[in-house]
Amino acid sequence: MELKMSDLRTELKQSIIEQLNLEELSIEDIDNNDSLFGDGLGLDSIDALELIVLLEKDYGIKLTDPNQGKEIFISINKMAEYIESHRTK
Amino acid sequence: MDKARNLFITNSIRIKNEKISLKKETILSFDKEVGFSQFSKDAYKILELKYPKYHKMDSLCKLGILSSHILLLNQEIDADTALVFSNSSSSHDIDLKHKQSMENIVSPAVFVYTLPNIVLGEISIKHKLQSENVFFVEDKFNAELLLDYSETLLNSGKASNVVCGWLELKNDQYDVFLCLVSKNGEIPFTKENLEELYGIENE
Amino acid sequence: MMDILLQEDSIISPLGFSTSENINAIKAGNSGLQFHANSRFQNGGFYAGIIDPTFLADEFSALGDAKKFTKLEQMMLLAIQSVLNNNKQIDLKTTALIISSTKGNINLWDNPQNFSEDRASLNSLGKIIQNFFGFELQPIIVSNACISGGLAVAIAKRFIQAGKFDNAVVVAGDLVSDFVTSGFQSFQALSNSLCRPFSKTRDGISLGEAAAAVLVSSEITKGDNIALIGDASANDANHISGPSRTGEGLYKSIQQGLKEAQLSASEIDYLSAHGTATVFNDEMEAVAFNRAGLNHVPINSFKGFYGHTLGASALIETILAKHSLLNNELYPSLNFEELGVSKPINIIQNLVKKELQTALKTASGFGGCNLALILKKINNG
Repeated sequence: MELKMSDLRTELKQSIIEQLNLEELSIEDIDNNDSLFGDGLGLDSIDALELIVLLEKDYGIKLTDPNQGKEIFISINKMAEYIESHRTK
Repeated sequence: MDKARNLFITNSIRIKNEKISLKKETILSFDKEVGFSQFSKDAYKILELKYPKYHKMDSLCKLGILSSHILLLNQEIDADTALVFSNSSSSHDIDLKHKQSMENIVSPAVFVYTLPNIVLGEISIKHKLQSENVFFVEDKFNAELLLDYSETLLNSGKASNVVCGWLELKNDQYDVFLCLVSKNGEIPFTKENLEELYGIENE
Repeated sequence: MMDILLQEDSIISPLGFSTSENINAIKAGNSGLQFHANSRFQNGGFYAGIIDPTFLADEFSALGDAKKFTKLEQMMLLAIQSVLNNNKQIDLKTTALIISSTKGNINLWDNPQNFSEDRASLNSLGKIIQNFFGFELQPIIVSNACISGGLAVAIAKRFIQAGKFDNAVVVAGDLVSDFVTSGFQSFQALSNSLCRPFSKTRDGISLGEAAAAVLVSSEITKGDNIALIGDASANDANHISGPSRTGEGLYKSIQQGLKEAQLSASEIDYLSAHGTATVFNDEMEAVAFNRAGLNHVPINSFKGFYGHTLGASALIETILAKHSLLNNELYPSLNFEELGVSKPINIIQNLVKKELQTALKTASGFGGCNLALILKKINNG
């Protein structure tokens, strides 16, 4: 379980870098507790929408209320926890 | 329009056929085989743009950011600098990508670029310009329209400087001509001079 | 500086095929928004303002063969024809044609019918319109997101004042296409029901389709005329899709417009807002209007009647503002409930008869663009 969770975190970092075109970042640059928005990775509102797409595409999770994202896209750790308990694929 | 006689093409940039020229002088050229995607990456590195948001943009915006970065380097411009852009195929390149994504899950980061004036927003953000913007769609490069409209903005005091030109991208082919128009310079802001500067690569 | 006047106009929308039909529908409180089935939506469809193609083709048959023209072309041609019918003396050799649209005939990408692939381009749209009426000047096509229709009017004014031409027919149009609908859906920007501008419960936009045309001219006519006396546009330089939290560009364009018009905020009788009904847009507008000292001015959004008609919206709303001034009537902001923005604004809730002299029309769009137009009533005896 431990290993699986940490794999998921690495996988998430990789797909966030790819999906959001964070070309100048690598997996090592992102800490599991870094905040994704604001001072952390500096993601913006369009990125938030892309993360919703990522959840649907990769994990079969459909967010219908845009406000839900605010509680999930806090950090890699928070995202991973949410995915673990809600994924359908 | 007497005032127009005091307006000059302060600087100009041309990007076409894997070549970037500033005031008619080639400053950078690439291998002919290089497609737009590689060209835009290489140019970003060589020109040391250091603007990570660049990688998130669609191709038309990358082209606009690249060309305006070079054009405005070391130029004194203020927030009242207007952007008067034109092209023939609007946002066709990214429109196609959005259409493809419609068959699966639509990407908001693609959709947001499906308007030609988004590049004006990206340039405004990078260079902190809070002025007039317009995007004209024309069959081909129309020096008269760019000249006339830029003059109305400058002569009426609605803008202090203007960046005007042509920013075309379709099927991986790109054709860019931008110029900075202000009260400083040696090349008078005329239709003939615009056509001459645009035409260099077409001869 | 010469006066630039908004003369004959026309609106083609689900509310009617003339300006007067549209205004009558607005006065009766009728909305063009209806539920339309669409498999992209979990609940089976969405609310939008869509023109019935059969009604449209019927109306168009007086002008030509509807099968030879796309839906958007029919709408835009009808709008221009109506403007020209009422100005028979207009000289098409010297009259400019200014066209505004965000996506033009983009619906042909999903359903090309019998049209050539190139027909979807904005340049083709320009040629079709130019040739249909025989305009001799090459059309000027403006594609500047949701301020396009209003910006086109400002461009007409600027060129006329610079002496480039004396008259311009400005036409704007956009459709509800799957292209645009799917995009706004991915932005989670579409309302689950009818859009509710400035309301506490607002949850996004409703899309709409429409076309409109107006003759912009330096030639004054008898009686009351409406002049465009100030116009300005400014970029937020903040974000390409998210409205500025300080309303910077909108505030700046209002200030510049008022300056050109030589009016103060307290002299504005009516404010026609953009009011898309997204949470962030309406909040941004309220902030900008308060910064500009416009919080007491009667204000409405027409999006509850039309939905967001994109490149057409700012032209339609300019035309409606013109008629508000001429009719001395303030039209209610449809679907408004309890105020849901952080700053006070004075929403028009019922039809009000009132002597009006000046109006401010604003619009904002993707790319961070903002526009302010200032209209004034001028009497020529």
